[in-house]
Amino acid sequence: MSIKVVIDRCVSCGVCVKECPVAAIAMNEENLPEINLDKCTLCGICIDKCPTGAIVRTHQAQKAQEDYDQYRGIMVVAEREDGEIARVTYELLGKATRLSTHLKQPVTAVHLGPATDQEVRELIASGADRVIIVENEELNIPLVGVRARALHDLVVDELPEIILAGSTSQGRPLLSKLAVKFQTGLTADCTGLDVEMPDRHLLQTRPAWGGSIMATILTAHNRPQMATVRPRVMRRLKPDYNRKGEVIRIKTRPENVEDPVKFIELIKESTSKVRLDNADIIVSGGRGIKSPDNFTLIEKLANLLNGAVGSSRPPVDDGWIDHAHQVGQTGRTVAPKLYVAVGISGAIQHLVGMQSSECIVAINKDQEAPILKVADYAIIGDLFKVVPEMIKALEKRQQ
Amino acid sequence: MKIVVCVKQVPDISQAKVDPETYTIIRTGVDAVVNPFDLYAVEAALQIKDNLPQTKVTAISMGPPQAEAALKEVISMGVDDAILLSSKHFAGSDTLATSYVLSKAINQIKDVDLIITGRQAIDGDTAQVGPGIAAHLNLPLVTDVNGIVEIKPDELKIKAMTEEGYLYYFLPLPALISIGKGIGEPRMPSLRNKSRARKAIIPVWTPEEIDAEYQKIGLKGSPTQVVKIFTPEVGGEVLFIEGEPPQQAERMVEILGQRHII
Repeated sequence: MSIKVVIDRCVSCGVCVKECPVAAIAMNEENLPEINLDKCTLCGICIDKCPTGAIVRTHQAQKAQEDYDQYRGIMVVAEREDGEIARVTYELLGKATRLSTHLKQPVTAVHLGPATDQEVRELIASGADRVIIVENEELNIPLVGVRARALHDLVVDELPEIILAGSTSQGRPLLSKLAVKFQTGLTADCTGLDVEMPDRHLLQTRPAWGGSIMATILTAHNRPQMATVRPRVMRRLKPDYNRKGEVIRIKTRPENVEDPVKFIELIKESTSKVRLDNADIIVSGGRGIKSPDNFTLIEKLANLLNGAVGSSRPPVDDGWIDHAHQVGQTGRTVAPKLYVAVGISGAIQHLVGMQSSECIVAINKDQEAPILKVADYAIIGDLFKVVPEMIKALEKRQQ
Repeated sequence: MKIVVCVKQVPDISQAKVDPETYTIIRTGVDAVVNPFDLYAVEAALQIKDNLPQTKVTAISMGPPQAEAALKEVISMGVDDAILLSSKHFAGSDTLATSYVLSKAINQIKDVDLIITGRQAIDGDTAQVGPGIAAHLNLPLVTDVNGIVEIKPDELKIKAMTEEGYLYYFLPLPALISIGKGIGEPRMPSLRNKSRARKAIIPVWTPEEIDAEYQKIGLKGSPTQVVKIFTPEVGGEVLFIEGEPPQQAERMVEILGQRHII
């Protein structure tokens, strides 16, 4: 793929120069636009904006995969969290089911490691037409190499056209390894998926720059098409326990489960009951809460809302709270239903980590704080008065 | 020990401002900096060097000629030397092509015991290049490492962060790790290293030097293509909840209840 200017059609209007988001286009001495391919990201904005259609994509011959048509069906890679199948797996099945109505191909859930009959029923009820369980006990151990080898063999057998996994600490490295082995495209952290018929392309939409722009990406010439999907974005189907599905229990080759890396132990993070990544509600504290002890106030509010405790960067840097709680550029990117920012002014590094939240409430003493730019509701006042009143009001409501 | 740290030059988002009308981030006029997670990666490498003084740390970066500045910055922190991977043939590489280029460069450096990357780059946010390099080189991989607990010349004990908590591993070398913030604050440049960075001559490697296949790099080697970029819809104005704290709190709880959020 490349891009070029068709000189015959160009009227030297300069629109492309102005519209290019990466300043890759400049007028040359003949007053014709020249595209600097070192800078160009092939975003296509100039193609859309050019009034005379003078900018076009050029398709260079890419190694055609002769067996392109052999790849059929959607594979969803299940993952576990806290001893059960993670919610993101059901969300992926919901999305895969909708994609399969266009592709007319089955949805296969792959569970790496033993699974109970009840769990298999749940996967089928949530949209899986087939469930493949790779029963080796060793797949329960958090080793990406073991999981990648087991999944690799399955993909060779199954040849799915699409593979989806959660954009999680398990899913991202797993599919990254697989994409290299199959020399195919992988798009991280998608928030939108669709298919383009008749080419059967998976249109993968993802946020860039902390959600300030969105990009739609596709893998045109390689299969399988692979994407990781942000948890909590896709809707899971209402389980239908009358759905029928095929259940396949297999074992992967013994050499696949041998790994040079030795897993020692998992130390659970115990400071909050609900974790950031799958919380519907997050209450975060910032520098405005003044001391580490005051995080108890944040925790109390979070617990009442059945939410997780978050933090902006300064409390983490000052050692008031573990870095696992940090929301923002060097912490976690979150998009809960409700985000309550307490005493957080809203540095841009924080905003990019939470601005996609559905509803944002800012409690702040400063009416000019940047957090208000992304907030839906603002309570201007002393957080040490407002938060206790919030707690009181919630307790009253829950009675 | 021989360590390679991969660094990327990215736009400095802390300088960016939010457009008051569209609420999008204004990117023009923003300087380039070292990707923050890559500074943690450099810090991790230097922590190992502190323990095993025989360690040599080489930084590599794929990018335009200006990315030399990023490499000089990490030399000023204490990295021994650096190589810039720069060529118009590399331009437009997606994560598959980028991880291929970096893995070919690492092969060229030879006998590398440990490769360290940042958890992710803050502009692309994919976290795919580190694991991709490990896959190209068939190396053991642990992502989001937030602490190096024990250091031996042929093995590390490390602590990795996941959604569930912290995972501990014994990692035999050679291997690849990606680094998160928990590793500790990146160290400040020393005067001596600053002067070393100023004088450093950073070799530039092109596809020729790393023996890369042209079909596997740049746009040609990138299976993914961006077909559309657009600005997401943003919410409207902020609603100020007026009154004294008790009324504000009650009103807020009432609204959240009406919207079925709580």
